[in-house]
Amino acid sequence: MKAGSNLERVLEAGHFAVTAECGPPRGADGDKVLKKAELVKGNVDACNVTDNQTSVVRMSSVAGCMLVKQTGTEPLLQMVVRDRNRIALQSDLLGAAALGVRNLLCLSGDHQKFGDDPQAKNVFDIDSIQLIHLVKTMRDEGVFPSGDKLEGAPKFYIGCAINPFADPFEIRVPRFKLKIEAGADFVQTQCIYNMDKFKRFMEEAKKEGLHERTKILAGVTPLKSAGMAKFMNRMVAGIEIPEEFIKRIADEPKEKQAAKGIEMCIEQIQEIKEMEGIAGVHVMAIEWEEKLNEIVGGAGLLPRPMVEQ
Amino acid sequence: MITGTPKPIEEILEMLEPYDNIIVAGCFGCVTVCRVGGDKEVQVLSSTLRLAREAAGRKIEIKEVCLERQCDPEYLEPMRPYIEDYQAVLSIACGAGIQFMAEKFTKSPLLPGINTGFLGVTERQGEWTERCQGCGDCVLHLTGGICPVTRCAKSIFHGPCGGSVQGTCEVDKEVKCGWQLIIDRLVTLDQMDNYGKLKPYKGWDSSRDGGPRRIIREDMV
Amino acid sequence: MLLKAFENGADGVMVIGCLEGDCHYVNGNIRARARVERVYNILEQINIGPERIRMYNLSAGEGAKFAAFTSEFVTRVEELGPSPINLARSNGPKDSEQEVQAT
Repeated sequence: MKAGSNLERVLEAGHFAVTAECGPPRGADGDKVLKKAELVKGNVDACNVTDNQTSVVRMSSVAGCMLVKQTGTEPLLQMVVRDRNRIALQSDLLGAAALGVRNLLCLSGDHQKFGDDPQAKNVFDIDSIQLIHLVKTMRDEGVFPSGDKLEGAPKFYIGCAINPFADPFEIRVPRFKLKIEAGADFVQTQCIYNMDKFKRFMEEAKKEGLHERTKILAGVTPLKSAGMAKFMNRMVAGIEIPEEFIKRIADEPKEKQAAKGIEMCIEQIQEIKEMEGIAGVHVMAIEWEEKLNEIVGGAGLLPRPMVEQ
Repeated sequence: MITGTPKPIEEILEMLEPYDNIIVAGCFGCVTVCRVGGDKEVQVLSSTLRLAREAAGRKIEIKEVCLERQCDPEYLEPMRPYIEDYQAVLSIACGAGIQFMAEKFTKSPLLPGINTGFLGVTERQGEWTERCQGCGDCVLHLTGGICPVTRCAKSIFHGPCGGSVQGTCEVDKEVKCGWQLIIDRLVTLDQMDNYGKLKPYKGWDSSRDGGPRRIIREDMV
Repeated sequence: MLLKAFENGADGVMVIGCLEGDCHYVNGNIRARARVERVYNILEQINIGPERIRMYNLSAGEGAKFAAFTSEFVTRVEELGPSPINLARSNGPKDSEQEVQAT
């Protein structure tokens, strides 16, 4: 066991894992996180807490993790390298570990131009892959990157994100490999709509044996409406929704589109469950956490397994 | 070359409020090449300022000069005999030149007439793009001659990030994804092995992050 | 040079170039137009009145057109009145206009 987190134990025991996401609020109201966490509880093995996603300022991810933990669900800390230099990264990680956070997702972060402070300084002291390496060094060797001994090594199950739909396609598997070389234990993918492309990606990844060296959790996002589908397809870099997919939901009358979106999401998860090399699913029901129970249950993934320490 | 853009005329006029008698100083170096601070630009700017001030009922006297460079002391010295006859100097050289002039002539207020930009190249007449950040630790031999620090908006060393779309950066469709360029070049040079290696964390202490920098050539001092 | 004309007291400056595609110096008239536009923008920024500069294209043989353009431009400048420079110099409305033949 690298960190002994619930997510790690579930995956190591061979179960199909489920994770979901909680975005902290745009303010200091902790209750907002607690409410979301209550909806997630019992439906996941760990819950991601995002880190100033899209560069939009939100309550810190570490604080969000503590609130999630309070409700009895295991948190998964997302950390971007956009805003913190290596000193702050190390420091925040040690703090999070001390507070009992055992899962980490290392990310680059969307450029600050997308958020409320496009004039902010661009940090990017080390990149996300170097962050993975840094955490692994601290965890497994018990030392700072500078070489000094740690007074207590942080125990993190280390994850990263991959996007099979970003360009260029040919580099996605080599970059995935780099992340594993750096020390990634698990991976969450960007949300999938184009199943064919994802399958092609998995074929390439399996050739390199990457599915055996790391646990791959496939990302899904249920669509609330045809409008949302069209918006995401056009506006969000790295998200690709095939026409047939959009058509299926667009063909429904407006009031039935949400239900259709959920149905399609459940179908996707069931297809993903059958794919070789996929160890779990990451359900990003952003601002729709109340549907999580229906989705995870509908896909036959409840109740979540309890794995002994 | 070092590039720059002209300051808006309103901003310059505001700076010139206290003065009736100034020097406008250009430079035959980089700013001439990128058409923002050379001889011609000195003349056009001076005419513009005279017209604007006179139309507002308040003349301004301008001595127009253009120096070989503003970053070497020998080219600034010729100004010493007359510089104190003027109330201020509006320099349209780069920030280095403006500051050096201020250092050499401490009694003369120095005003910047341009916003100094970046180390760049001429894509075509009228278009300049950034190439170098002066990080002090060049790795161009590992990335096919394309700089990940400057040309990637996130200065990633193992790129591209998930925001690369058809060779363009998530920051701006007009900006090429630095890592797409690097990968294409590595493929052309058959150096993709370089891609698969984990790079050590960048040492930013050789860049301005380590403090204002200095070069001493022992063999020359 | 164009700006100098205004400094020297011109209320308006008319720039004449060959018909586009017909320039003896290949594209001198196109470059002239770009410069006229730059001066137009400068005059606009400093509130001198950008219409005080204008470029016309015609061929050497089009005498009648030349006369017509000139009349039109003179009328226009008279409507605009003396340039703010001249007003400031209190020299009275100077009916001065300079023609610059561009090739």
